[in-house]
Amino acid sequence: MYDFNYHKAGSIDEAIQLFQGAEDGIYLAGGHSLLPSMKQRLAAPTDVIDLAGIEGLSGIEYAGADLEIGSLTAHDEVATSPVVQSVIPALAELASKIGDAQVRNRGTIGGSIANSDPAADYPAGVLGLGAEIVTNKRSIAADDFFTAMFETALEEGELLTKIRFPKPEAAAYVKFPNPASRYATVGVFIARTGAGVRVAITGAAPSVFRSAEMEEALTRDFSVAAIEGIGLDADEMNSDLHATAEYRAHLCTVMAKRAVIKLLG
Amino acid sequence: MVEQSIGRSVLRKEDMRFITGNGRYTDDINLRGQTYGYFVRSPYAHAVVGEVDALAAQTMPGVIAVLTGKQVAEDELGSLPCGWMIHSKDGSEMKHPPHPVMAATKVNYVGEPVALVVAESFAEAKNAAELVSVDYEELNAVVSASDAQSSPDIYEEAPRNTCYEWELGEKDATEAAIKGAAHVTRYTLTNNRLIPNALEPRAAIADFNRGTEELTLYTTSQNPHLARLILTAFVQLAPEHKLRIIAPDVGGGFGSKIFVYSEETALAWASMKLGVAIKWTAERAESFLADAHGRDHVSEAELAMDEEGNFLALRVKTTANMGAYLSTFASAVPTYLYGTLLAGQYKTPNIYVEVDSVFTNTAPVDAYRGAGRPEATFLVERIVELAAKELGIDPAELRRKNMIKPEDFPYQTPVALEYDIGDYEASLNKALKMADYAGFANRKADSQANGKLRGIGFSCYIEACGLAPSALAGSLGAGVGLWESGEVRVNPTGSVTVLTGTHSHGQGHETTFAQLVASRFGISVDDVEVVHGDTGKMDFGLGTYGSRSLSVGGSALAVAADKVIEKGRRIAAHLLEGEVDNINFEDGEFRLKESNRSKTFQEIAFAAYVPHDYPIEELEPGLAEKAFYDPVNFTYPAGTHICEVEIDPETGVTEITKFTAVDDFGNIINPMIVEGQVHGGIAQGVGQAMLEQCVYDESGQLQTGSYMDYCMPRADDLPNFTVGMTTTVCTHNPVGAKGCGEAGAIGSPPAIINAITDAIGVRDISMPATPEKIWRAVQEVKT
Repeated sequence: MYDFNYHKAGSIDEAIQLFQGAEDGIYLAGGHSLLPSMKQRLAAPTDVIDLAGIEGLSGIEYAGADLEIGSLTAHDEVATSPVVQSVIPALAELASKIGDAQVRNRGTIGGSIANSDPAADYPAGVLGLGAEIVTNKRSIAADDFFTAMFETALEEGELLTKIRFPKPEAAAYVKFPNPASRYATVGVFIARTGAGVRVAITGAAPSVFRSAEMEEALTRDFSVAAIEGIGLDADEMNSDLHATAEYRAHLCTVMAKRAVIKLLG
Repeated sequence: MVEQSIGRSVLRKEDMRFITGNGRYTDDINLRGQTYGYFVRSPYAHAVVGEVDALAAQTMPGVIAVLTGKQVAEDELGSLPCGWMIHSKDGSEMKHPPHPVMAATKVNYVGEPVALVVAESFAEAKNAAELVSVDYEELNAVVSASDAQSSPDIYEEAPRNTCYEWELGEKDATEAAIKGAAHVTRYTLTNNRLIPNALEPRAAIADFNRGTEELTLYTTSQNPHLARLILTAFVQLAPEHKLRIIAPDVGGGFGSKIFVYSEETALAWASMKLGVAIKWTAERAESFLADAHGRDHVSEAELAMDEEGNFLALRVKTTANMGAYLSTFASAVPTYLYGTLLAGQYKTPNIYVEVDSVFTNTAPVDAYRGAGRPEATFLVERIVELAAKELGIDPAELRRKNMIKPEDFPYQTPVALEYDIGDYEASLNKALKMADYAGFANRKADSQANGKLRGIGFSCYIEACGLAPSALAGSLGAGVGLWESGEVRVNPTGSVTVLTGTHSHGQGHETTFAQLVASRFGISVDDVEVVHGDTGKMDFGLGTYGSRSLSVGGSALAVAADKVIEKGRRIAAHLLEGEVDNINFEDGEFRLKESNRSKTFQEIAFAAYVPHDYPIEELEPGLAEKAFYDPVNFTYPAGTHICEVEIDPETGVTEITKFTAVDDFGNIINPMIVEGQVHGGIAQGVGQAMLEQCVYDESGQLQTGSYMDYCMPRADDLPNFTVGMTTTVCTHNPVGAKGCGEAGAIGSPPAIINAITDAIGVRDISMPATPEKIWRAVQEVKT
């Protein structure tokens, strides 16, 4: 790790000011992606702005309409929240499968989403549920948020404050973990909503994506049979030591089928 | 009376300090004024080293020195040696290109040390290391064992990148038997390359005292005396009596901490040169790059049988990857620890094996838990399984048919070893029962009904532990003795300090050895303290590897303890006014026969140190004895492993539903510790069979350099193990023990692959059998 300036922001405004005043600043949420890359010297920010002291960025709220989760809410809090478990149980389950206990105690939903790791679990839930990402200056639809591998619609210095999840009729997440890292080799989140079925897939491609083909098929006929014959294009998939593109494409269909079974459960 | 402790699962004495964070590992040690070392490593697998410009680094804050491979060469440090000379078929000596402490003119693998930066803090050393600029002229890299002999030479002195072409067994008889056989099973296989991954990375502190000219090296070693001998006699760093090596608590090694590496050696040299204490602890990325790797064989094998399935001959041709340099024992692993084990548990009358060892531009490869024996067992137990399938014979029965029977011992194999004792069928029978082999068909049908594939696989392994005897090993090329030392010091109050030349890196020697000695003296385990890991404290010893600690080191202690008892009997005879021959020692008491007179062990100890009433004219005072024990043979642990798996055909995900291991380790001192060793060994076997694979790309860059990509087995990858024992007592050592540290890693991989191929109905699947490979195999069977 190289030397850097550490700042602890007391408010959103202060955090933004600190960011703007830094040569190469970065926000620190749970730090479970940032700190390992700094330790390996893959990231070398001049200024790290710790958000942990800002009040109101953490917490879970549900007043009967949307489920709102503050950006600094730890994975474990989401996984074990009775509110999340009753409103969107699939989201609690997704959070319970991220990393290990240490990661879940420190890692945050906002950090995960802002990082847009192609193999992270949360992006599938956010996109699958059609959530809104709320920042210090606007609200961004999930469909517009994840733009590429490790890239999002967030502007320089823009601070993610909460995620607003509409309550689906039902949802399910099924993940095929990478045996080494336990990130998603393929993770499929399926939500049945008033506006049709949404299918979001993480791990398989450079960025989380929706499968229009599966969504149409499932909106027409919500059954395993409806998607059994759908094969996603392996050319669009990632390929690495652990899984070839062809295997990933195959797993997308298998995991989607299992999510459907879970939903019909 | 104190309860006899042998055979009891005494809780490990060392665990309280380990689990409360009070262990003292090398990195826990900090010396006043110590500095920190950081290595500049080659980013290329193969390159000519030009100018090393350290000027910018030297002017960085806190930097004390930047030392390079060129300075190592100028100081005429010796090459890091390989301790076992292997001769090729034609009688020529193995090729042994120099292994410099740091590279001066050429680098031969990614991660090879080129320079050492010494600074006042770790961060300063690491930052400065980034500024050391090295001119490299990149050369083509050779990576895989199969390509090595047809690639450009890495070393002028090793044409075709070949270290040696070794053979063992009768070639003509084997070939003739194969030619005339009713059935020949053929098998081509790869034994996958592994990275050891001890929990504690390698670390060292070198501390040169200018006043006494003594160099103390604290290091993560399995065998500190051996390290001292090598640094003295071969590297010529310092005279042996001025070099002290301390290996405090060591957190796992699996073989990787046997060897004398560049980093620790460079650190010791730098400390002497600079007159400062220097500390280095490997970062995990360095461990992946520069710890000696394991396995990495490519083989072809033929097993010949008659019509009834009796084995007639086995022929094996193996190419073994040595990596870029010969590590400390590298040459012995694919020869005397591999070729000699190819008889397995069977009466195969003719065996012939050829091994070509080759150099590549990868990290050095050396012993890793099992060392040669897992490779031999995998080959034998896979080809036997294939033979059973080809002949349509139950795989358990084909094995039983060919097994060496209890009445055949001692059994001379066609590959040099003489097995002293065993009862292989007893282990097989017990394992079949514990695994409920009879119920397998029903379980398979149940799986099928649930859309799953179920398979069962066997492995009847044998291994050889406690490499011995010295003279024989010497005649085969070993550069060291293979005995062990032990000292038993009875203190005046009757407590006992035990010093052993072996070392523990997690095996629980402090408990096992204490039980061994306490039981001989009839005293409490708590009254025995085991000391190891410091050349300044105990006699020369050979350390811990090859599951030798109890069978060789424990035997030395048993002999020393018996000497103490003999002396005690003489003291007792004096005190009890009887003849020595009439003194019995039992349950901690020296008793005069046919009398009610006795002295306790503690009373005799006190009398030995306070010799007021003592046979001083014929007996020296004190009660401490030593022994150097050189075994007459290896020990031969053996057993049967049975693995049952269930496969999800849609994803290839495989669950080990049951794993049964029945082992014969001879006499057992602490069943809990032995069972723990079996568990750990199987876990690593599951790692090799299903998860672990070291991958280099074509240019020699390590692709699996972190836990994101190198998959270690974790608790949820493993079933609850079903472990059982059978016992035949080792015939030639005083403990009757055989060794248990490696058996799990040796026996389990073929059982797992046999189970997976059985479930799918394919002939072969390579290790590691990952979900994707299994899924593809399932697809192939379908079409």
